[in-house]
Amino acid sequence: MSQSTASRTAAGRSTTPPGGGPRRSKRPLLGKNPFGLLLSAPYLVFVLAVFAYPLVFAFWMSFHDYFFAAPGADVDRPFVGLDNFREVLADPAIIRSFGNVGIFLLINVPLTVILSLVLATALNKAVRFRTFLRVAYYVPYVTASVAVVGVWIFLFSGNGLVNQILGPLAPDPAWLINEDWAMPTIAIFVTWKGLGFFILLYLAALQNVSEELYEAASTDGAGKIRSFFSVTVPGVRPATVLVLLLSTVTGANLFTEPYLLTGGGGPNGASSSPVLMMYQRGIEQGSPDTAAAIGVILVIGVLILAFIQRKLAGGDET
Amino acid sequence: MSRGQNILRGVVLTVGALVFLFPFYYMVIGSLQATPDPTVAGAFPNPANLTLDNYGDINSRINLLQGLLNSGIFTGGVILCTVIFGVLVGYALAQLQWRGRGVTFALALLVQVVPFQLLMIPLYVMIARDYGLADNYLGMILPFAINSTAVIIFRQYFLQIPKELFDAARIDGAGELRILRRIALPLVRPALLTVVLLTFIGPWNEFLWPFLITKEASLQPLAVSLANYLSNVAATAANPFGAVLAGACVLAGPAVVLFILFQRHFVSNNIGSGVKG
Repeated sequence: MSQSTASRTAAGRSTTPPGGGPRRSKRPLLGKNPFGLLLSAPYLVFVLAVFAYPLVFAFWMSFHDYFFAAPGADVDRPFVGLDNFREVLADPAIIRSFGNVGIFLLINVPLTVILSLVLATALNKAVRFRTFLRVAYYVPYVTASVAVVGVWIFLFSGNGLVNQILGPLAPDPAWLINEDWAMPTIAIFVTWKGLGFFILLYLAALQNVSEELYEAASTDGAGKIRSFFSVTVPGVRPATVLVLLLSTVTGANLFTEPYLLTGGGGPNGASSSPVLMMYQRGIEQGSPDTAAAIGVILVIGVLILAFIQRKLAGGDET
Repeated sequence: MSRGQNILRGVVLTVGALVFLFPFYYMVIGSLQATPDPTVAGAFPNPANLTLDNYGDINSRINLLQGLLNSGIFTGGVILCTVIFGVLVGYALAQLQWRGRGVTFALALLVQVVPFQLLMIPLYVMIARDYGLADNYLGMILPFAINSTAVIIFRQYFLQIPKELFDAARIDGAGELRILRRIALPLVRPALLTVVLLTFIGPWNEFLWPFLITKEASLQPLAVSLANYLSNVAATAANPFGAVLAGACVLAGPAVVLFILFQRHFVSNNIGSGVKG
């Protein structure tokens, strides 16, 4: 019902091109309804001040010798070309943090996509306890990382519940202080924490997969598993592209979990992340220019990953 | 549909729900234990080992009430700005024609994929150093002030309202301001709760930004003071896990209760449309 109203208004709107194209010369400079610009002004100022300007500032900073100075002090901040980037790429601790986040994404992203799609599909057909189940899945998502981190440290400590259950199979040293297991444990934590949100996205996408396609598939003799792969998976492809993108961006921003779960990227830097390095170099050690260079490299990396994912997932529409 | 598949689905969903909920159950149990019991038996309540001391213990290290209040002010400020300015942009994007509308909508989508961490250093320089807003509620709120997902949810909501409604008012001679106040704002009420819930999660759970700009303990949101306790002083408490878990329960409590109470407003369609645009 609401769907039809939405499409009707959308159709009605398309007769007058949005954004003010040059099609009608009589059009006023600010469009038919300049009041809209006035209403949006606070938001536009906010976006410029909090996103656009800092974004440009970050790039500028990464090419200059930037340091903290007293407010109002007039200091010289010379252009240094790629020096900051050279410094970053020559630092083994920073290189390792990029490798770590790579391991993190390799575990977290596929796990997120598969688990959230499977759980959303099961939830979509469930009749009983549907509300309870949905709430159960998004409770971790709405809870602060800081709160649940405490439980995970308790669960995964040397003599914690997980090791008690595993008995002789438990890794030694324990999960979060083990160089090989620290990053995968964090990746599983983050997957668990964020899954609820991605299940919601997939649930929304599943409503758009036509029931007729399932009927056609079952007439053709396809079983449940077969129709999952040939109807559901292609049907929710736009959502998959989105889930891939969002989980990659969130993963690249990893900070709170290594900071708290492994005491700041331990053991021995095995779970440090680029953002953690940005905090250490930029704020703790007072070289914001180096931190900005790490940030620029990180964003370029994410953009490349997003591009590859789009190619692989073949999603033209987002 | 066969019986076997139903059972399989039930098993998958139940195991999933248990995995999701168990840490929360364990959090509550752990916060009530006098001495931490990491054994399997410790996962079940043992009347001889139950106490509320951990809550007193954590409260003596970090002022829980002050922390909750700070979190509340931070979150409340963000929600207030988001609701006020978000409604206005959402309405303008959906129902009015003005130059720059397409660009504004594109910005609202784009902003959601800009990693906050790249902006962290410049924002820190601007807000803490240049404007002197460190240890200040305003400095905490500013980078989160208007939630772009909320803007898009409002836009989506206003798109569903027939344009004729607004046109009729215009023909009757109502001014734009009057249309906004008398028609648009009263209509948006159903979308408000969804936006409030969605916006709530961000600042209430945010750690990095308030951690960077608040050094003064009396101004720190609960997430920051609990994290500081976790990484610095936990080792000195009598039952460090119990105390941390007690603090975690206090931090998680409001969010969990809010979402259980209003879960039907946090449904897939609203959120999905918000992110898909």
